[in-house]
Amino acid sequence: MLDPKQVEHVATLARLALSAAEREAMTESLAQILAHFEELEGLDTSDVEPTAQVISLPNVMREDVVEPSLSVEDVLANAPRQEAGHLAVPAVLPEDQGD
Amino acid sequence: MATWNTTGHAAAVALRSGEITSVELTSAVLERVAAVEADMGAYLTLMGEEALGQAAAADRRLAEGNAPPLCGIPIALKDVLSTAGVRTTCASRILEDFVPPHDATVVTKLQGAGAVVIGKTNMDEFAMGSSNENSAFYPVHNPWRLDRVPGGSSGGSAAAVAADECLVALGSDTGGSIRQPASFCGIVGLKPTYGRVSRYGLVAFASSLDQIGPLAKDVEDAALMLQAIAGHDPKDSTSINAMPPDFSEGLDAGVKGMRFGVPAEYFVEGMEPGVERVVRAAIERLAGLGAEIVEVSLPHTSYALTTYYIIAPAEASANLARYNGVKYGYADLDASDVDELMMNSRGTGFGNEVKRRIMLGTYALSSGYYDDYYKKAQQVRTLIKHDFDAAFADVDVLVTPTTPTVAFELGSKTQDPLAMYLSDVMTIPANMAGLPGISIPGGFVDGMPVGVQLMAPAMEEARLLRAAFALERELDVMADAPAKVV
Repeated sequence: MLDPKQVEHVATLARLALSAAEREAMTESLAQILAHFEELEGLDTSDVEPTAQVISLPNVMREDVVEPSLSVEDVLANAPRQEAGHLAVPAVLPEDQGD
Repeated sequence: MATWNTTGHAAAVALRSGEITSVELTSAVLERVAAVEADMGAYLTLMGEEALGQAAAADRRLAEGNAPPLCGIPIALKDVLSTAGVRTTCASRILEDFVPPHDATVVTKLQGAGAVVIGKTNMDEFAMGSSNENSAFYPVHNPWRLDRVPGGSSGGSAAAVAADECLVALGSDTGGSIRQPASFCGIVGLKPTYGRVSRYGLVAFASSLDQIGPLAKDVEDAALMLQAIAGHDPKDSTSINAMPPDFSEGLDAGVKGMRFGVPAEYFVEGMEPGVERVVRAAIERLAGLGAEIVEVSLPHTSYALTTYYIIAPAEASANLARYNGVKYGYADLDASDVDELMMNSRGTGFGNEVKRRIMLGTYALSSGYYDDYYKKAQQVRTLIKHDFDAAFADVDVLVTPTTPTVAFELGSKTQDPLAMYLSDVMTIPANMAGLPGISIPGGFVDGMPVGVQLMAPAMEEARLLRAAFALERELDVMADAPAKVV
């Protein structure tokens, strides 16, 4: 049901680099857990509404007013890389494809 | 003479009578921590200097009079709660050096109440685990036997309370992470109603299930702590906009005439006979106090575990997407492009169990599987909630074991995730339905503590605490408890 190729696909969706050994171990343990999940199949839920959250709160609104928030300096204090008051990341597009 | 071996409410009396000062009490607790921490591993970060400063401030406030009940009381915080200026790791390499710019609302409230924070406690990485062995740093040991786990994921908070390394602590409970370690460590653990306590500043695991609550040496302390942290918070739109009642009032009103439901589904195969014996005996004692004992059925109980292991990882896979090496946390600075930065930072920063749950959740939400897994699990969640609604139409409180076994040996379940997950089979349903639940010590089997779990309808913590207080006083478990090893 679950093969290493699918595991690799899911790992890509989840942005998780897995070593070959990790991928193998993951395939085995996920297959074991997913097999257990099949017990839900026997339960008839055709007329049952799904529950996403348990408290019946209506949408919570507030006035659209500006309130104090964290300073840029505080927010950037934990950034692995920053540049000119912004978060910095490696190039998203290779240079020869830029502009 | 100040001592570390006391409860919060007893210390509150001594602080007011002038018998001790908070500085003396805090110093005594810090000495205790220094003496046992090498055996315990309960803390990830100690805040001794700050704690003594807070204690001195608390003493000034106590001298002025009218200080809140927790003023000057040494407490511990699970390292999943954000503390401004103090590193908050979630026991993960990916947050090893993370210093939050803000306090969680519960931290703001406790500091406002004058509580003295001793440190941040060890836990399973991102609160995922039942033994504390998923901490990226070091395991926690059970103070009753050092070769046993303290439970998880709030294992550090539970062990710190049980080993007198603080008077009371906060943990978080997504599927049992307060009640299960409380049971394993022989203390009281309370998961409030979903929405009773603000989750602002709690590092999110599964947002529809997570709730913050106290771990304490007795029910009275749990009530004091809940009082200090409960209430609506505009910063958490899922916090319930209702004024909390006085949780200490009527604690000693007793259980005469109260109806306790005993669900047959919680006395399952695979449960240790000693655990069943202790819980059955506790139920008889409730009857002796004048409570009515009623057999009830929660027919979908056996599906709760699977439902949880679909819903919680699905929510976690979304919540943990924020750890990508950009805003904070570990980053692979050698990555040549953005994809590599994210893949490698996450691949290196997260531990095995966290990766497994992100994978499970991503799979359950992925195209083609969403209806079979995630939607189906949400439908079963409805059935589980309906079971509780039906039971509480007939009874006031439910009484069950907290866990099927006593604390197991370190290393005994780390290679078998399914066996580990089973440890939460009796605590998960309350999270699925958003109900308050409490574990209190019920007795001992072969020197290890056994927890009794009580559950009440949503928002009925006062009823839950009253029932727990009556049972605690009746059993008086600690009067002839075996000795702890630390």
